[in-house]
Amino acid sequence: MYLKKKIYLIIILFLFFIPIQNSYSIEPNIFVQSTVNRASAILSNDLSKEEKIEKLKEVALETVDIKGIGFYTLGKHRKTLNDQQKKEYSQLFNKYFLKSFSSRLAEYSNPKIDVNSQEKISEKYTIVTSTLIGTNERPEVKIDWRIYTKNPEKPLIRDLIIEGLSLARTQKEEFNSIIQSNDGDINALFASLKEFINK
Amino acid sequence: MLLYTYFIKMKKILIISLFAFCMAFTASADNSDPTNIKDCSEGFNRASFKFNQGLDKAILRPVAIGYRKLPSGIRTITSNFLNNLSNLVTIPNNALQGDLNKAGTNLARLGINSTVGILGLFDVAKGMGFEKYEKEDYGQTFGVMGSGPGCYLVLPILGSSTARDALGTVVGMFGGDPWYNVTVKNNTHYFKDSDYYISKGTSGVDFRAKNLEAIDNLEENSMDFYASVKSLYLQDRQQKILNSKQTTETQDDSDWDEVSSD
Repeated sequence: MYLKKKIYLIIILFLFFIPIQNSYSIEPNIFVQSTVNRASAILSNDLSKEEKIEKLKEVALETVDIKGIGFYTLGKHRKTLNDQQKKEYSQLFNKYFLKSFSSRLAEYSNPKIDVNSQEKISEKYTIVTSTLIGTNERPEVKIDWRIYTKNPEKPLIRDLIIEGLSLARTQKEEFNSIIQSNDGDINALFASLKEFINK
Repeated sequence: MLLYTYFIKMKKILIISLFAFCMAFTASADNSDPTNIKDCSEGFNRASFKFNQGLDKAILRPVAIGYRKLPSGIRTITSNFLNNLSNLVTIPNNALQGDLNKAGTNLARLGINSTVGILGLFDVAKGMGFEKYEKEDYGQTFGVMGSGPGCYLVLPILGSSTARDALGTVVGMFGGDPWYNVTVKNNTHYFKDSDYYISKGTSGVDFRAKNLEAIDNLEENSMDFYASVKSLYLQDRQQKILNSKQTTETQDDSDWDEVSSD
């Protein structure tokens, strides 16, 4: 009788852990498609522009590695920041990114994106390829997604590459230009970020 | 008409400026990584960029908005006509880059679309299985041959370029562009100078109309619009020269590898 109870207990415990083990890894292409679907649902909804922006920000906070993109866009200047500056920069970049990203997306109404394929380029990164279907106003656009897969349970978006042009890289060169134009002073970038956030 | 007169007046100035820049800078840089391309005359470039932005706001953007209101069929045949015309520069560049297959396909596309497709208004060749390829120019050919981009330039009216790409434009003006030869350079009885400038102007309007929201959005969300446009132009040229849209082939991933958000 005691043995029977023990077997039941083992079976129950086994069944309890199975779903947890199976939920570990999320395929990057499925992650992108689900993110796109969430964004499309918001954009095609009958909401005001401000409401759409707020909802898009929630999606971005869950699916985009904003902190990682922020440090990438600092480029060579990343190494010159002390801990206090890093903290201030991360906070500023987070606000800047959410404002710029959501207002860019909110202009589109019901975009249709088809996820095509994925290619694992390293242990940490997978590139997912997709197509933004063309309309009467604009041609079809190829969009690649750089997905950070260091934690396969929680993949995160690190870059969008539109027709081969990287948004993160463009941002990095823009930030570098601001710092260089001000004799390498990182505070000039902080001032520009604050100005953008408050405009 | 006013714009046309302006084009004519600017022509000589442009050719002289292009030569001066090219001679000064092409040999000075040989690194094609966009992040290493120097902005040797940033002051001039930024002034020129501002001038072009003014032209965009006053002329190009309003015309592009109007153009977008035309029926999509008219916009499609306009794009087809301009694409067909661009084959005149693409074909010799396909050949110079040693890509004879693409040169042959583009030649067939030009022949079919100019005749059956009524002067290129309809892309009949695509339906016959002749795939449409990317445009090629002399700047790209110089790049494929190993020439470095030289310094980054912003030319009045023409926009972003590099010393190498500007030299490519000069090659077009000195015999490399058959459409330029029969319209502007040689006095044929069939075409006028204005035909060339109208076709170039329409290409600009067509491009602006197709990218209306994207460019407006980029400007609105940029803290340094000049730097953003420069970055996008140089990335685009690099991938066109490599004839690749594979991100992994055109980007240096080392900086990504260092970034951790943990």
